[in-house]
Amino acid sequence: MSGFVVDSTVSSGNSSVAIPTDISGQILDLDEDDDLEVFSKDTTVTDGSSFNASMQTSPASMINQYKFEEDAEDTKDIFVTVDNPESHVTAIETYITYRVVTKTTRSEFDSSEFEVRRRYQDFLWLKGRLEEAHPTLIVHPLPEKFVVKGMVERFNEDFIETRRRALHRFLNKIAEHPIFSSSEDFKIFLTAAPGELTSYKKQGPGFLSRMGETVKAVAAAVRGVRNRPQEFTEMQEYVEAFSQKISSLDKVTQRIVREQKEYLEELKECGPTYALWSQSEEELAEPLKDVAGCVDRCCKETEEQVKNLNDNLIPVLHEYALCTDTLKAVLRRRDNIQADFEAKTEALATKKADRDTESKVLSLAWDSLVGRSPEEVKQQKQQKLKGEIKEMRDDLDKAEDRLEWANNALKSDWTRWQKDMRTDLRSAFVDTAERNVNYYEKCLAVWESFLHSQRTDAEGNGNVDFS
Amino acid sequence: VERTSLLKMMEISVAEAEKRTGKNAVNMQETYTVYLIETRPVDAASEGTNPVPDSLWRRYSEFELLRNYLLVTYPFSVVPPLPEKRAEFVWHKLSADNMDPDFVERRRVGLENFLLRVASHPDLSSDKIFYSFLTEENGWKETVFETGFQAKADSRLKALNATFRVKNPDKRFAEMKHYGDELQSVISQLLRVRARAADRLYGVYKVHGNYGRVFSEWSAIEKEMGDGLQSAGHHMDAYAASVDDILEEEEHYADQLKEYLFYADALRAVCRKHELTQYELEMAAQDLTSKKQQREELATGTIRTFSLKGMTSKLFGQETPEQREAKVKMLETQIEEGEELVKERNTECEEFVKSAWVDIERFKEQKDHDLREALISYAIMQISMCKKGIQVWNNAKECFSKM
Repeated sequence: MSGFVVDSTVSSGNSSVAIPTDISGQILDLDEDDDLEVFSKDTTVTDGSSFNASMQTSPASMINQYKFEEDAEDTKDIFVTVDNPESHVTAIETYITYRVVTKTTRSEFDSSEFEVRRRYQDFLWLKGRLEEAHPTLIVHPLPEKFVVKGMVERFNEDFIETRRRALHRFLNKIAEHPIFSSSEDFKIFLTAAPGELTSYKKQGPGFLSRMGETVKAVAAAVRGVRNRPQEFTEMQEYVEAFSQKISSLDKVTQRIVREQKEYLEELKECGPTYALWSQSEEELAEPLKDVAGCVDRCCKETEEQVKNLNDNLIPVLHEYALCTDTLKAVLRRRDNIQADFEAKTEALATKKADRDTESKVLSLAWDSLVGRSPEEVKQQKQQKLKGEIKEMRDDLDKAEDRLEWANNALKSDWTRWQKDMRTDLRSAFVDTAERNVNYYEKCLAVWESFLHSQRTDAEGNGNVDFS
Repeated sequence: VERTSLLKMMEISVAEAEKRTGKNAVNMQETYTVYLIETRPVDAASEGTNPVPDSLWRRYSEFELLRNYLLVTYPFSVVPPLPEKRAEFVWHKLSADNMDPDFVERRRVGLENFLLRVASHPDLSSDKIFYSFLTEENGWKETVFETGFQAKADSRLKALNATFRVKNPDKRFAEMKHYGDELQSVISQLLRVRARAADRLYGVYKVHGNYGRVFSEWSAIEKEMGDGLQSAGHHMDAYAASVDDILEEEEHYADQLKEYLFYADALRAVCRKHELTQYELEMAAQDLTSKKQQREELATGTIRTFSLKGMTSKLFGQETPEQREAKVKMLETQIEEGEELVKERNTECEEFVKSAWVDIERFKEQKDHDLREALISYAIMQISMCKKGIQVWNNAKECFSKM
């Protein structure tokens, strides 16, 4: 079935902008891709970027959609790289664009290679779209807009490089995500020419409908959720605790880098001092020069090590610190969806109660004034209430579906996120430990070769043994 | 340290340090440290009987007194230095307090080193005052003062004067003095830089301890990652703790450098003494020359040098032959004495140069050997530090991979 799909989060009263979705390309060739098997063969389900309430799809099939295969093979069919930052100067502003190269064998892409240039704003737009479409899925964080501390300017080389790497990781995370990677927005981001992207961005829910959403969200937040399932409460507690730990680790690592840099500053003066000394000596000149050389080489290794920490461990820790904000937002949005459902449930119950009491009340006074018989009025009122109740029930059903969908989406994505987090942090720490081992091994070799040269000298001169 | 002279006969050690309180010269209560000097005849130990060593307590000021005596009595020797009076080149973790147990311990080692150096010195080891310092607890101070060495000490002013005015010092000594200056300057710089680097290194290691704490807390909220994190945390704690030993060992290296920093001073003292003796020789020779000239003038009647006497006699009339006779005689005596003095001073100078240069050569060899050993031991320390680092991070890596 194809046709117009309406975003159900927009209240049914408004005439919303419909996003035409061509789903023909979305039907997957399952032979090519094992880990997208999760998409049920129910072709009414598209890429999940919109929920069609008018379709009679049950929450059950929704659940299937999100049962990610734990042992999905790593057969990547899309490769994205972000590189080549370039600065652009216009009359109004200066900004940086990055080259985004996509190589893919996916059939929904018109060709197998794409190269576009994107700026930070575009990435922000993509993230926003994904979050809007999937309020309870976890989108990997983007690098921050502008780092205040210790930053000289936006166009500092290191800053650009750090940002580039983070953007690269961001896109790769999207590409690896079972739902996000088949998002239309993602595809447009990767493939559209600049003009195309701009006009595509202009589509999408209008400002007013987005405002409506925000108002609803605030209202839901104010209402609060009554019966939050235990597992989401546990999730929230975990996120709180994790957030503290990860930001501590971020801080500790940054402190280590600072101390290492200061150590390096002092160490840099040692070598030259030994060299200076060697100039006053005769017999000792050789060994002193050698020691100077050793110290200088160790300095270089220390510099390497600091750079490694900066380039590898810190960005990862930082990203996961940003992740916790995303997680908190996701949990909040889930809560809001539940609050909305609870409110609607209450409202329906109230309406039903009204109906029941209404049938017992005969308000005669006004009605006789208007010249209608009590029976007529009663009938009219009953009809009206029935209509209202039907509407509310439909609304409630949608809300219930939405809630179930949101809960399942979150549960599955939570598992995926945890797995990812574990992998990412584990490999970051393993990598760091390995580099530290390397650092010490290199320094060890430096000093051992010094010792060796002294020993051979000594043996040559027939001096004392070194035991 | 070579076993010569005294050291061939007895074992010397500074075994312990203790705190004492007492009244000082101005009758105020003070706390000071005393050090236990133990001596034992060499053959006794080798016979295996192992008798109780003789021992006595001395405080730092007595060591200083001994050294000052040696400086004055053996000016041609490069006298071994004492460990520093106050802690210098300190980095923040190291205490600058003289009462701090680590400082006291390092000083104890330094004092022992001093005694061993003196005891193995070809000239100093046979000194009686030194011997009684080691063996006679009471009355040693009086004995030292009785030698009257303080009177023989050259005033600083005298020495400074000689340094500026000496005309022909032995080139080798001038070079040695210059070397002493350079050595002192470069070792000071090295010690300063090293201390600052040690401070920073301490910081790096200790901050890693925070990893231990955070990993431990984090492991509490994780299921599968918990064990790996927890055990990695322990290794981070071990890493943080390891820096204490590393830096303690480095202090020994710093102490070795310090010894030669102070040795530089002793070396310069010998050179200054040479300048003084040379200067005094030059003065005596100059004096002799001028007296001889005066005699010549008196004999020939020509005045070559300006003298007030000459001018006044010109103005107010010549002196009588008798006066002149007396003068000549006086001059003759003075010249004789002068020649004796010059001879004396010349011999003094020559002997000083000879003995001093022998000791300087000996010192050079000792310094080259010792400092080379120090550099090697520094390398060994660095190697040990690297090995520890490799071990800790390999362990941590294993734990992380189990996360």
